[in-house]
Amino acid sequence: MTSIRHSFFAMLDTVILVVCGALMWWGFAAMAGPHVLTGPIDTFRNLGQITGDPEFLANAWETLRAFLLALVIAWASGLLIGIIIGAHRLTGKVVEPILTGFYAIPKITLYPIILLLFGLSLSARVAFGAIHGIVPVALFTMAAVRDVRPIYFRAAQSLRLTPAALVWHIIVPASLPGIVSGLRIGFSLTLLGTLIGEMFASQRGLGHMLIIAMETDNVRLLIALALLLVMVATIAGAVLLAIDRKLHRRSVKGQ
Amino acid sequence: MSTAGTIRIVVLLTAVAGLEAACRSGLIAPFSIVPPSAMLVSAFRILASGEYTADILATLGTVALAAVLSIAVGFAFGVILYLFPRLKRAADPFLASYYAVPSFIFYPLFIVMFGLNRWPLVAVAFIFSCVAMTIATIDGFLNVRPILRKVAQSMHLSRSQMIRLILLPAALPYLFTGIKLAIAYAFIGVIAGEFIQAGSGLGYRIAFAYESFQTGTMYGLLLILLTCVVSVNTVLGVRERRLYERLNR
Amino acid sequence: MPQLERSESSSHPESVIPIEPNGHQIHVSAKGLVRIFPATVNRVPLQALGPLDLDLRSGEFFSVVGPSGCGKSTLLDLVAGLGKPTAGTVSFEGRPVMGAVPDGVGVVFQEDATFPWLNVFDNAAFGIRRQKVSKEEIHERVSDALRLTGLSGFTNAYPAQLSGGMRQRVCIARTLVMRPRLILLDEPFGALDQQTRLLMGDELLRLWRETGATILLITHSLDEATLLSDRVGVMSARPGRFIDIIETNWPRDRDSRIASSASFGEVNARIWTQLRDESLKSMQGTS
Repeated sequence: MTSIRHSFFAMLDTVILVVCGALMWWGFAAMAGPHVLTGPIDTFRNLGQITGDPEFLANAWETLRAFLLALVIAWASGLLIGIIIGAHRLTGKVVEPILTGFYAIPKITLYPIILLLFGLSLSARVAFGAIHGIVPVALFTMAAVRDVRPIYFRAAQSLRLTPAALVWHIIVPASLPGIVSGLRIGFSLTLLGTLIGEMFASQRGLGHMLIIAMETDNVRLLIALALLLVMVATIAGAVLLAIDRKLHRRSVKGQ
Repeated sequence: MSTAGTIRIVVLLTAVAGLEAACRSGLIAPFSIVPPSAMLVSAFRILASGEYTADILATLGTVALAAVLSIAVGFAFGVILYLFPRLKRAADPFLASYYAVPSFIFYPLFIVMFGLNRWPLVAVAFIFSCVAMTIATIDGFLNVRPILRKVAQSMHLSRSQMIRLILLPAALPYLFTGIKLAIAYAFIGVIAGEFIQAGSGLGYRIAFAYESFQTGTMYGLLLILLTCVVSVNTVLGVRERRLYERLNR
Repeated sequence: MPQLERSESSSHPESVIPIEPNGHQIHVSAKGLVRIFPATVNRVPLQALGPLDLDLRSGEFFSVVGPSGCGKSTLLDLVAGLGKPTAGTVSFEGRPVMGAVPDGVGVVFQEDATFPWLNVFDNAAFGIRRQKVSKEEIHERVSDALRLTGLSGFTNAYPAQLSGGMRQRVCIARTLVMRPRLILLDEPFGALDQQTRLLMGDELLRLWRETGATILLITHSLDEATLLSDRVGVMSARPGRFIDIIETNWPRDRDSRIASSASFGEVNARIWTQLRDESLKSMQGTS
């Protein structure tokens, strides 16, 4: 089967799964009633209405702004930390358990500390988003750099490469698949962190809209926003996943 | 104690000492961060007084329940997706982006379904951590070397025997990682839920202390939470590492 | 047929290439080489090699055989400059080799060293791209090397699409592009099947004749050593020393068909007689 037909069938399968999910949703909503859960068709209609609303667009832009800033910070810092602890054995051994420990902490408990440090500001939201994404990027980058096959270093030595050339032309391309996996997960978690940050530390943004919807029992708005978030996250995630897959396919079995 | 372990302890102690100095010297405003020594004192006071014991136990209980459920169901889903690769491929984009959605927005939905008790918390934490176990399970089975399956075939093992006697033991390290992650995410889910909308539990108490400007109490409670989470994670992490070492020939 | 020219090693002002009494130019000279790996948590210090002497003549094909663990690969590392000897000296073209790979030396490893993120052409061009060479010259040299290794039709393929033998040829091409005067091969065909090995051996001989380089081949296959080489060095069990260096006296213009000649059997037998005892020692773990 050619790869295009292959991808087509894969997408078809996903579409079928989505349809099944939508049917289950519809059934559940019908059983539970509109005060608990809006059905899929109504939700799409609500979403259509909401996205036309200028207030919504302003909120969405706020979230996008904070998210992109947080993402850049999370990706850049995570990469830098990951490369350092991946390349230097001892530093890696010292730092890795600290990072995995930090990863397990419910970051929401750091929210008061961040608020106390940054106040109610964009920085607080960005900080919150960034601390969610930085650790997985660092850990995945570390593993990818560590796993660069030793034979590449010997080959580089035999070709008399400078250290800079070694890093740029060998370590980076060799560890790229693993790094991209980390960036992908960092993306999802940073988005989550930004939204949570907005839920508590903001008068604007989609997270704020969510909290208001929760507090005023506005089920229609809540479910519509949830759907929007799921769609955005899934599409972005799928794109990154495709890139991730393509990079990993280049690696030979056992390479 | 290995070199790395020693250095790590030194680094952490230095960081704590630095924070202590910064707080005491006034470099960091006293209402934002409390000196670590004060945090420690507060934590002991809290534990001794027994004031918050019920909340702490409630949180731990909820976490345990959510973790057990998500490990069991997550494993089951993982097995199903492993046995039906077509289904897995279809579900991949969703598994990949699962974490981006704050699952506790469904909290109100669960309150309506389960009532104003701790069950909505269990539900939210369950949804959050279930996927971690599923992905780890799939990963684990996929990483079993094909040669081992050939060996099973050559010994005429039935499907269930193969799963029980070969796949499970071979995938155990990855499954254990899944368990570790599921517990960590259960903690995150429960605490986050308690933070937002709950009448009891450690997360709720921390939020309450923050809102009523009782920073001392808040940091004491945070320290207790931190200690719980880190110790559970460390114990599991040590076990996990030993399992992976067995794998490396 | 395009030739990879021999670069001007003899016009190098600072190098003094020694000459043996019988007129052979010495390309590589190793004296009293010893390599001791320092103690680690898991083991005491390990003397992997030596003391060992070796003189490689310019343009010859020299193979090293020996039991497992005798230090063959360590020897290659020291000659290449990939590691430093604990004692003794190595010199290449009259200049000492101390822990850095000299210009004019190329290495082919046993493990697949192709870079999966580059296609065949870029893999082969990798080494020369790091130097200040014009694009036209890069293209010319890489195309030549790929032609010599039979990879002209695969310039855009990626290593993941190639067989093990072809990937090894890519590594050889990458080395050839650098125009090495000394080529070191560490069991390059070890991961390949027997038929491919034989064909690759013939190819290696062809490349040797075309380039005029000196070749040092490490192999555990006696047949391969006997077949391909001008001289075969037989190493003892660890710590490795040469217990014999055998001249095969094959004509330069040879291929795998000399395997049917009588002298082939004699040389082979001579190697094995000495090697057998050493191999037994190595297997029993006594050295």
